[in-house]
Amino acid sequence: MIATTMFYLLGAVALGATGLAIIQRNPVYAVIYLVKSIFALALIFYLLGAPLLAALQVIVYAGAIMVLFLFVIMMLEVTPTNASTRSAPGWMQWAPVLFLTLTLVVLTLVLIGLDPATSEGIPRWHATPRDFGYTLFKEYALAVKIISFQLSFAAVGAFHVGMTERRRARLEDAS
Amino acid sequence: MIVPMEHLLTLATLLFALGLACVLVRRNLIMILIGVEIMINSVGLVLVGASAFWQQVDGQIMVLILMAITAAEVAIGLALVVYLHQQKKSIDVGIFDEMRG
Repeated sequence: MIATTMFYLLGAVALGATGLAIIQRNPVYAVIYLVKSIFALALIFYLLGAPLLAALQVIVYAGAIMVLFLFVIMMLEVTPTNASTRSAPGWMQWAPVLFLTLTLVVLTLVLIGLDPATSEGIPRWHATPRDFGYTLFKEYALAVKIISFQLSFAAVGAFHVGMTERRRARLEDAS
Repeated sequence: MIVPMEHLLTLATLLFALGLACVLVRRNLIMILIGVEIMINSVGLVLVGASAFWQQVDGQIMVLILMAITAAEVAIGLALVVYLHQQKKSIDVGIFDEMRG
């Protein structure tokens, strides 16, 4: 019962955060709201019986991919368009993010506080990291190899695209 | 399954629609990539929900593969954004129109 209520609350948080993210003028604010949405989705993953994926969602999405976005936004020094400099009242800027953060923190604390011995504390069906790992590396071993190839192709591609003309000339001189 | 499958699919559809709207409406290249992220996230939600519905772990493994694909896509996409910004000093999609037929 608690889990069902939490699912709807988290769904509302995810939708609200995503909706706020896509209307932001400044990409930095959009990334911040998107992190809230990703946290809400991670908690939903846990409620649906995927604890390992919930952790990976936070580590990979919020920790790596969103930080990559922030790096690029800061590197490019994109100035927001003029319309955003028109200052809204102060509370309109921090109230939504404060509200979403508080909701997420309270829901996380409720989830931590649930007694693991009861069926409310742990989802009735859930994939333990052990099950997950066995299936991943036995049945899907080929997929793991293909994905690792693809990641290295992506790294090579990113290097190639990111190479400037000057650096390319220097490489050709050296060879 | 803690909620009916229809409700989960509705949530995922709404998230997907928000991401699609972001891709179609925004003119900023970084916001377009963020929209793609939102759509990929909603697909991951559907996969985890299906995994819980059939009580099989396969759906969760597909989400892991999806995360790896997303990481690759973001790495290439952001490298392209940096490259285009070096070329044109702007990341508004409206100015990249040399290929219009």
